[in-house]
Amino acid sequence: MLTTILFYVFATMLVGASIGVVLSRNPVHAALFLVLAFFESAALWLLLEAEFLGIVLVLVYVGAVMVLFLFVIMMLDVNVEEMRAGLTRYAPLGALVAGIMISEIAYVVWARHLGLNLAIEAPPLPEHYSNVHELGAVLYTDYMLPFQLAAVVLLIAIVAAIALTMRHRPGHKKQDVSAQVAVRRNDRLRIIKVDSENYP
Amino acid sequence: MSTILAYWNQIPLYLQHLIIVFAEIVGVMMTVVVSVAFLTLIERKIIGWMQIRIGPNQIRMFGLPFLKGVAQPFADVIKLLLKEVLLPAKADKVVFLLAPLIALTTALAVWAVVPFSPVFVLADVDAGLLFVLAMTSLGVYGIILAGWASNSKYAMLGAMRSAAQIVAYEIAMGFALVGVLMAAGSLNLSDIVRAQSGSMLTWNMVLLFPLMIIYFISGIAETNRAPFDVVEGESEIVAGFHVEYSGASFATLFALPEYANMILVATLAAVLFMGGWLSPFQGLLSDTSLLAQPSFLWLFVKICWFLFCFLWFRATFPRYRYDQIMRLGWKVFIPLTLVWLIVECGMVWMRIGPWSHFG
Repeated sequence: MLTTILFYVFATMLVGASIGVVLSRNPVHAALFLVLAFFESAALWLLLEAEFLGIVLVLVYVGAVMVLFLFVIMMLDVNVEEMRAGLTRYAPLGALVAGIMISEIAYVVWARHLGLNLAIEAPPLPEHYSNVHELGAVLYTDYMLPFQLAAVVLLIAIVAAIALTMRHRPGHKKQDVSAQVAVRRNDRLRIIKVDSENYP
Repeated sequence: MSTILAYWNQIPLYLQHLIIVFAEIVGVMMTVVVSVAFLTLIERKIIGWMQIRIGPNQIRMFGLPFLKGVAQPFADVIKLLLKEVLLPAKADKVVFLLAPLIALTTALAVWAVVPFSPVFVLADVDAGLLFVLAMTSLGVYGIILAGWASNSKYAMLGAMRSAAQIVAYEIAMGFALVGVLMAAGSLNLSDIVRAQSGSMLTWNMVLLFPLMIIYFISGIAETNRAPFDVVEGESEIVAGFHVEYSGASFATLFALPEYANMILVATLAAVLFMGGWLSPFQGLLSDTSLLAQPSFLWLFVKICWFLFCFLWFRATFPRYRYDQIMRLGWKVFIPLTLVWLIVECGMVWMRIGPWSHFG
């Protein structure tokens, strides 16, 4: 009962936040609505007793990805008028994608009535059941290779992004930090012994 | 007394439970807030003594002739709360006022999973360490949004610095915590403490010493404390992200979350690496002696030590240059933690030391 109420509260806020992402005029506000949407989906996962996925969603998407998003958005001066100009051009494509997604969701909801009871309650989990343990056991045994492959793909993406954006301009002046750290007193400082002058 | 008890028993059981939980939450929150108040006083006193000054020495508690300066934090709080909250004309009003609340909420929410004593922890959840990481990573929103919503160049620069710095050090911090959870075999903070029991030599501090150092330094960087306080950088960008804030919004944005996060980093360092509420005399004295009992007092002593280190570093080190901060985070700490994780994996694999019991 309480779970159902909580589900509807979180779901309503999720939908509201998603609408906010699309409708807000200010890109920073849109990003903040997206953060709220991530939060609500994390809460929904917590309701499903998938606490690892829920917390990792907050940790990775809200804590890292969206921070970098905001970082970039804040530095851009987005011209809302210019963006609005393209609205009618892309509207048919957007409507098509939205139509496909809505029909898919409708199909899933409708499929309940075909004798496929998708809304059955999951059996209660045993005590001392650990989400993290189960996930780790599966990821590091049965799905070892796909897991490692995904990691390698991400690594390649990082290396590629760095390789694409790194530019070596000739004549570029920059500090050599290791040389700065390795500097010793004798490189910079010369102590000269000066005889004291005789005061007349 | 008996009438109160009679009234209490008339309340339905779930309401009793709710009231107790609520009282516990308020108790922990008030403790944190009062600790923050006195930490500001102790900070000024200790740094004063280190610089051969006296520090706050005027305002006394209840007009008593001794302990001069003890009531300084209360005077500060009253002053801040009575000041006018200024809203810059070009600021984004909603976000400007939302930012301090985000900073405050995340700084206080983390305390839910911290084990204070063998019996007292607000929420003994399974993924406690993950919760801590998730909540501390949210704290940066308060700073970024404050900087952006102020619509001021200095605040913006501070927010940018903060975002880059916190994202950089969070990775090193996360890797250091991975080492801890490998040693404990659990994400639950109480279990992590229990896994260290035995004697002082079985604390994580011994085998994971490099990780403790890295965790603590990353913690200092995450809380934007000196020597990593370029986010404020008085000499470069005035006061960074909180330059436009005043009065109560300044107190909730800057003072309270920053000091609460300091206490949190100190507490977590104590819990994860120095055995939390375990007694240092455990294993040395007999188990029945009073000194060997685990209790909150031991945790308190350890927290005080780490907090003293925070203040000590602030009084000792000059501020880092920004590119040096980035270099330390990305090029020094992350490789170091990775190397130590490989070493730890090797120890687990070969069943060396405390990992010999892992099946």
